[in-house]
Parts: sequence; structure tokens; C-alpha cells
Amino acid sequence: MLKFLLQRLATLVPTLFFVSVLIFGLQQLLPGDPAIALAGEERDPETIRYLRAKFHLDEPLPVRYWHWASGVLQGDLGESVRIQKPVTDLILEKLPVTIQLATMAMLIALVIGITAGVISAVKKDTWWDYGANVFALWGLSTPNFWLGILLILLFAVELGWLPASGYVSPFEDLKGNLAAMIMPAFVLGNAIAAVLMRHTRSAMLQVLSSDYVRTARAKGLEERVVILKHALRNALIPIITLGALEFGTLLSGAVLTEQVFSIPGFGKLIVDAVFNRDYSVVQGVVLFTATVYVTLNLLADLAYFLVNPRLRV
Amino acid sequence: MAAVVLDQIQAAPGRKALRRLARRGGAMLGFAVVVFFVLLALLAPWIAPYDPVATNWSAIRAAPSAAHWFGGDELGRDVLSRIVWGTRASILAGVVSVSISLALGVPIGMLAGYVGRWIDSLISRITDAMLACPFLILAIALAAFLGPSLTNAMIAIGISATPVFIRLTRAQVLNAKAEDYVEAARALGNPHLRIALRHIFPNIVAPLIVQATLAIAAAVIAEASLSFLGLGQQPPAPSWGSMLNTARNYVDQAPWMAVWPGLSIFLLVLSFNLLGDGLRDALDPRHK
Repeated sequence: MLKFLLQRLATLVPTLFFVSVLIFGLQQLLPGDPAIALAGEERDPETIRYLRAKFHLDEPLPVRYWHWASGVLQGDLGESVRIQKPVTDLILEKLPVTIQLATMAMLIALVIGITAGVISAVKKDTWWDYGANVFALWGLSTPNFWLGILLILLFAVELGWLPASGYVSPFEDLKGNLAAMIMPAFVLGNAIAAVLMRHTRSAMLQVLSSDYVRTARAKGLEERVVILKHALRNALIPIITLGALEFGTLLSGAVLTEQVFSIPGFGKLIVDAVFNRDYSVVQGVVLFTATVYVTLNLLADLAYFLVNPRLRV
Repeated sequence: MAAVVLDQIQAAPGRKALRRLARRGGAMLGFAVVVFFVLLALLAPWIAPYDPVATNWSAIRAAPSAAHWFGGDELGRDVLSRIVWGTRASILAGVVSVSISLALGVPIGMLAGYVGRWIDSLISRITDAMLACPFLILAIALAAFLGPSLTNAMIAIGISATPVFIRLTRAQVLNAKAEDYVEAARALGNPHLRIALRHIFPNIVAPLIVQATLAIAAAVIAEASLSFLGLGQQPPAPSWGSMLNTARNYVDQAPWMAVWPGLSIFLLVLSFNLLGDGLRDALDPRHK
């Protein structure tokens, strides 16, 4: 276990190093003088001078990277040129909203995806199976911002059941919060449900044809017990890793979903930063996302290792 | 003579795969819809009933009618004409982005897989780093730094999708390298470049084609997403993503402005997904 953990951690360090180089390198894509580009449209000479000194722009590239990376290692992701606030504070401020959205989306995706996947595998080559596959294709092919607009049209404009956009804190009004978040969460969970359905179906088909399931059936166990207790429990193991991998899809999707529903989360932070040319925020958000993603992957690997006894032999 | 026989033997699996593909209704439907959209993009000047950027006061948010089948937008431009012209941006983005990914990903993946050692470790770590940044977020960041335009969006999407091709090519090369025919080619004294290009590459093309088809679907959605956020095709040039962004503000007054561009993205992406799934099943019969 310790050896496995150390091996994984050993690959994590260079990966994060290259992530930081990549994100630092983004700044080099800015045409012309980065200080002028970073200063925004006003091009205030004072701001330009300040930025040049702050980012050590007169120094060689490796030195600039060193200054930037040492700041990052101390939790300093830079400062927003627009809002004049540390990027770390901005991220931590917006993160709870996106975490709520992502958690609700993942729950919706798990319920729909795993249920559809199990039904599809158990009733292979029937209309249930075809229906579930059509659902998966629909989920994978529908742009979530379009689905969001269609749901707003149906549930907010036509039926008037849910608010079209906006956000209420759950601590102020839990019912209002859930009403505002349910549509975006469904929109975000839709594509992941499709991926989970396909993986659950294929894992279930594999497990259902294995010897121990045949033995369980031969023992005369109820089909429900065979499917839920013997087959699904084993088929779910790879889903753990997949859940972590889908975190990237969740965050990417959150950018668009939060934009459609005007939710002031992490995704909206990066979009606003892009439009305000607040490049430090863009860099900070990408770096933060990548670090969380890599860490979640490590945790998923560990969980996979723990729940799969064969890997421990 | 021997070369002809060898060609026939090599062509046989390809023909078999095509026959398997032709038997798949979903894949054929996907292919037909893709062809339809490609024709739409190529023949846009002749098919579109109006100039896609021409405004018309009498057609502002006009409901679908005989004059404007898909209605009018917020400036009175014909939605159908903008959909037809918008096909160009989507198809172009899909094909160009994936070409960039292939042009970068395949040689780098082959280098990593074939040479191995520290080069493989270095490339693998860089690939891991790129994969650690979620695809769309990396594309948004790249597009933001490069500046908003369709060309930059295509570059951003292409670069963001490259690590998947590096990883796939590397894995395929590692598998192929262990095969007897590569051993034989090496034993005959073939130079490395020739082994990689003439012996390994043709044998790893099938999974690359499948991945490229599915990647086009993802690239079409990514371009629409970037345009929706204002980082892709710039107005007034038509793009399905930017049309949806505008439509969001008029969803209660002119819902048709949102329905048609979204439906077009959905159909094109669905078709590439159907075709990709069909190709995967046809080229790798073990996959079901």
C-alpha cells in the first residue's frame, strides 16, 4: 500500500510541475508586451509599471517562472487586476457554489446513469436496452447550454415552475436554492449520466457473464439479489475511477451551465475573467482546477486499490 | 505480382470493415447526416435564401413563416440563412481542430512509444499535465490568451485535444512494437524511421480514425461552446454557438432563435458520434 502510494505520489510531482509550466507558459501567448496586455484596455502607465515589477517582466523567463511558482507554492495565485483581490480568495469565495452544483449534478448522473446502465445490461437487446442507448447518445450529443435554454423555456417561461436564472444561498432560503439549482444540476448531470450509463452497461455485461454470477444463480438466489448484490457491487468498482475522471467534465460543463443560469460560481469566474482580460484569474483557476483534478485522480486510484483486493496481493 | 497479391491481402481487412460498417444502420444514418451538413457548408452561397448578415427591420424576431422558414433574429436576419452559413464554422472547426491534434499527437505519440526511455517519460508527464486540465477549461484559457477568433478557437481546441491522441498513439505503438512483424522488420535491418512509418503506422491507423471521428464531435461542441462564450467566431459572422448566446436573451419572445442552432449542433454531433461508434464496432469486432 505504502509502495503504491509513494509510486503514485512520485508521478504526481512531475505532472504538477509540467502543469505549472504549461499554465505559466500561457502568459507567453499574449501578443506584445504582457504588462500592457495584462493592464487591460485602460493601459494606465502606473498599472503597467506595477505589473512589470510584480511579474518581474524585465527578468529572464526561468527567473520569472521561479518567482511565480514560489508564490503558487505558498498559496499565492496572483491578484485580480480588475477586482484588486487575491485570486485564491476569489476562487475560495466562488467554489462552494460550484461544489453544490457539481455534487447535485453528480448525484443526478449517478442515479440516472447507473439505473439506466443496469437495466440496459439486464435487458440486453430489448427495447429497454435500445432506449437506454438512445438516451446515452442524446446525453453525449446535446450541448448542455442548449439543453439549459430549452429547460428554461419549458419550466420557467412556459410552466413558470422554476426560476429562469439566479442564485440564492442555501443558508438564506433552502427551498429557493434547490429550485434555482435543480435545472442547472440536471443539465450538468445529463452528459455524465450518459457516460456512466455506457460504462455501467459494459461492466455489468462483463460481470453478468462471469462464473460467480452463474454460481449465484445456480444456488437459486433471487434474480434481484444476484443483480444488485453480486453483479452490481463488482461492476461498480471501475465507476469509482470514472467518477473522478468525470470531474473534469463537470467543471468544464459548469463553465457553460453557470453562464446560462447566471450562477455566480467557479465557471462564471473564469468566463468573467476572460472578458475582463483578468489573466491572473484565468491562470489561477486553471491551475487550481488541474491540481484538484490530479488529487482526485490520486484519491480515486487509492479507493480503487482499497476496494479491489486483487490489487493488494 | 507479389506486390499486387500483398496489396490485396492488406486491402481485405479494410474492405471487410467497410462492409461491416455499411451493415450498421446507425452509422450509415450518421454518415448520411454528416454528408448533408458538409454539402450544406459547401453550397451555402446557393442554398441560403438570404444574406446571413443582412438586417431587415420587418423581420426582427419574426416568427417562422413562408418568407423566413426558421424565423428572424434580434436584428431581423434570416435564421435559416445563418444556420446554413454557420455550418461552415462548425464543420471547419471540427475538421481543422482534429487535424491539428492528429498532426501534433500522432508523431509525438509514435516518438514516445517507439523510442521509449527518457523521451517517453518526458512526453508522458507533459501529456499527463495537459490531461490534468479539463478539455474545455484549457481550450477557454488558450483561446483567452490567443484572442477571440475562429482560427484561435480551432488552435485552442486542437491543442487541448492533442494529449488524447498522444496517449492513444503511444499505447498502440507499444502494442505493435511487440508484434512479430516488427521484430522481423528489425531483424531485416530496416531503419527505425521506415519501421515506424511503413510497418507500425499502417497498423495503428484504425483506432486513430475512430478516435478522430469521435473527436470531431467533441470539437464541434467545443467550438459552439467557445462561440457561445464569445471566444469563437466573432459577430456578425454566423456561428451556431454565438446564435445560441444571443438567443438566450430572447428565449421568452423568440424561442425559435434558440431551437434551430441548438438542434443543428445536436444533429451534427450525434451524427459524428453515431459514425464513430459504428467505425469502432466495424474496425474492432471485439468491441460491442
